[in-house]
Amino acid sequence: MSSITLLEAIRQGLWEEMERDNRVFLLGEDIGIYGGAFKVTEGFLGKFGDQRVIDTPISESAIVGAACGAAMMGMRPVAEMQFIDFISCCFDILTNYAATSRYRQGIGIPMVVRGPCGGGVHGGPFHSQNVESFFLNTPGLKMVEPSNPYDAKGLIKAAIRDDDPVLFFEHKFLYRNPAIKQEVPSDDYIVPIGKAAIRREGKDLSIITYGAMVYTALDAAEKLKLEGIDAEILDLRTLLPFDREAVLETVKKTSKVIILHEATRTGGMAGELTAVINESAFEYLDGPVMRVTSIDTPVPYAPPLEEFFMPQVDDVLKAARQLAAY
Amino acid sequence: MDLSKEKQLELLYYMRLTRSLEDRLDNLFKQGKIVGGLFRSLGQEATAVGSAYALDSKQGDIVSPLTRDLGALLVMGAQPREVFANYLWRATSLSRGRDQNIHITDLRRGFIGTISPLGTLVAVMNGVMLASRMQKKKAVGMVYIGDGGTSTGAFHEAANFAAVQNLPLVIVGENNAYAYTTPTTKQMRILNLADRVKAYGMPSEIIDGNDVLAVYGSAQRAVDKARDGGGPTFIEAKTFRMRGHAAHDNQSYVAKEVIEQWKKRDPIAHLEKVLRDSRIADEKDLASVEEKINNVLNADLEWAESQPSPAPEEAVGGVYATEDQPKAAGA
Repeated sequence: MSSITLLEAIRQGLWEEMERDNRVFLLGEDIGIYGGAFKVTEGFLGKFGDQRVIDTPISESAIVGAACGAAMMGMRPVAEMQFIDFISCCFDILTNYAATSRYRQGIGIPMVVRGPCGGGVHGGPFHSQNVESFFLNTPGLKMVEPSNPYDAKGLIKAAIRDDDPVLFFEHKFLYRNPAIKQEVPSDDYIVPIGKAAIRREGKDLSIITYGAMVYTALDAAEKLKLEGIDAEILDLRTLLPFDREAVLETVKKTSKVIILHEATRTGGMAGELTAVINESAFEYLDGPVMRVTSIDTPVPYAPPLEEFFMPQVDDVLKAARQLAAY
Repeated sequence: MDLSKEKQLELLYYMRLTRSLEDRLDNLFKQGKIVGGLFRSLGQEATAVGSAYALDSKQGDIVSPLTRDLGALLVMGAQPREVFANYLWRATSLSRGRDQNIHITDLRRGFIGTISPLGTLVAVMNGVMLASRMQKKKAVGMVYIGDGGTSTGAFHEAANFAAVQNLPLVIVGENNAYAYTTPTTKQMRILNLADRVKAYGMPSEIIDGNDVLAVYGSAQRAVDKARDGGGPTFIEAKTFRMRGHAAHDNQSYVAKEVIEQWKKRDPIAHLEKVLRDSRIADEKDLASVEEKINNVLNADLEWAESQPSPAPEEAVGGVYATEDQPKAAGA
């Protein structure tokens, strides 16, 4: 076991799956010779050849369309979006084709579409987005976002082995972040899709979150501890279908909930989770379900603007103090 | 072209089967038994039948027809009963009442149903052929696109991708002069759909889409070339849509004279004349084709109408692999 980054964990997961199963292949922009814009697939072309590591034109619809067709015929394609922001260029294929295929024609599309998401690196409006809200309303798709190297490796393997289309979001702020390096087993393991994980046990309130915001929540929890508030943190890991039982369990335990995400506010994960909590755990609540999210604007470029845009530890503290008053 | 007497008669059979089946569907729509929309291929039967006839299911060839390519589905072995059942939203139809018209799929027989956004299936068929190549098969794919569909981004991305990857794919561009109500002059500033793929380095042929023997000949050349590793071909079939976009559309935007002109070029009448002139078939032969078709359609419609409708709760399930799957429908 050695300590590795989240990026290296994804790289290892992809590599091992390609070694294990020759149906697995990669396609995307600049993934071959260059090894990908973030170097997730560095060295793959030399090892697996250009039939299994395919450099494509800048054509997201053609890339994901080809992945769908190959998946239907028994392959296990993994398509890379150079930045997840560009996934909107293939919205039709994902929502109208991939998501509906099993329901309409009884044919699953075991495909992974993966790519770097998220802000905090001053990438501006088109290299910083979190796109889960676009797809949350599309039955037939799955969405995954790991927050640490162990999960990243286990989840990419689970996504490749899954019989349905999985969108795999890799937070670029975490890619090479040394603070979250982890020891990861070298033998084969998966992290099941659809299962959340408790990152911090607590009894006073629950922070439900995912991706890079797990660390914002952890920082906030340390500060809340000094104020005598003991926060529990639930990392969703899978956004669709999310772990309903784990969500309701933590709500029932603490009776106070903050939902924290980096995606913008309106029509986001937090709204959906709030509705589920209201429907299924209303009598357990001691206060309103609070949302801490990015503001409803495009992702701004300038550092002070982006910092204002994204949820900060202070925003979580403010929401927690409000909740504590109930 | 060398095509046996039997094969020429078979082409006639599939074209007339297409037309008669659609006539029946038209009646069912007027009776309110078919809901949603009804999209016919009247006047375009030669394009769908002649092109798919060049495919070989034994080699794993696979086709993705558009709504106006019922003939291609029939050539690949789809049964009229399956078409009736799907249009009549029966629980035992191939889509089990979940999708409309001829959006039906059977990978075993080699057809993949289209979806309504245009150009998408060209991109998907690229992947089907990529898989075929990786699996060391010699299969050829065929996918259709209309004049309107060639204006979509998905079509252009996919055509370019097919060319770059040198995939064994035949794209049949059906130029039937109208995209719903919009004439090709408002789709593009060029005369031919085929000119659109020149920039991608994809070879093309332009043919009379109402001459089934010409369509077949062109498709067979393209299929052979694709199977031999020669890459994709675009075939532009010039034809005409003899009805509105769907049953509700009375085609008021098309000049009567234009329709009259195209009536004289009816693809079925054309082949029948060829068969008579070359003494391959006489009136008796032609009448027996018609009789055979009527018998098939009578039996198949009766079967389809006797099938159950889906129970309301069958709307649930089959979205994910982990859920209970509805029972697969049989052929």
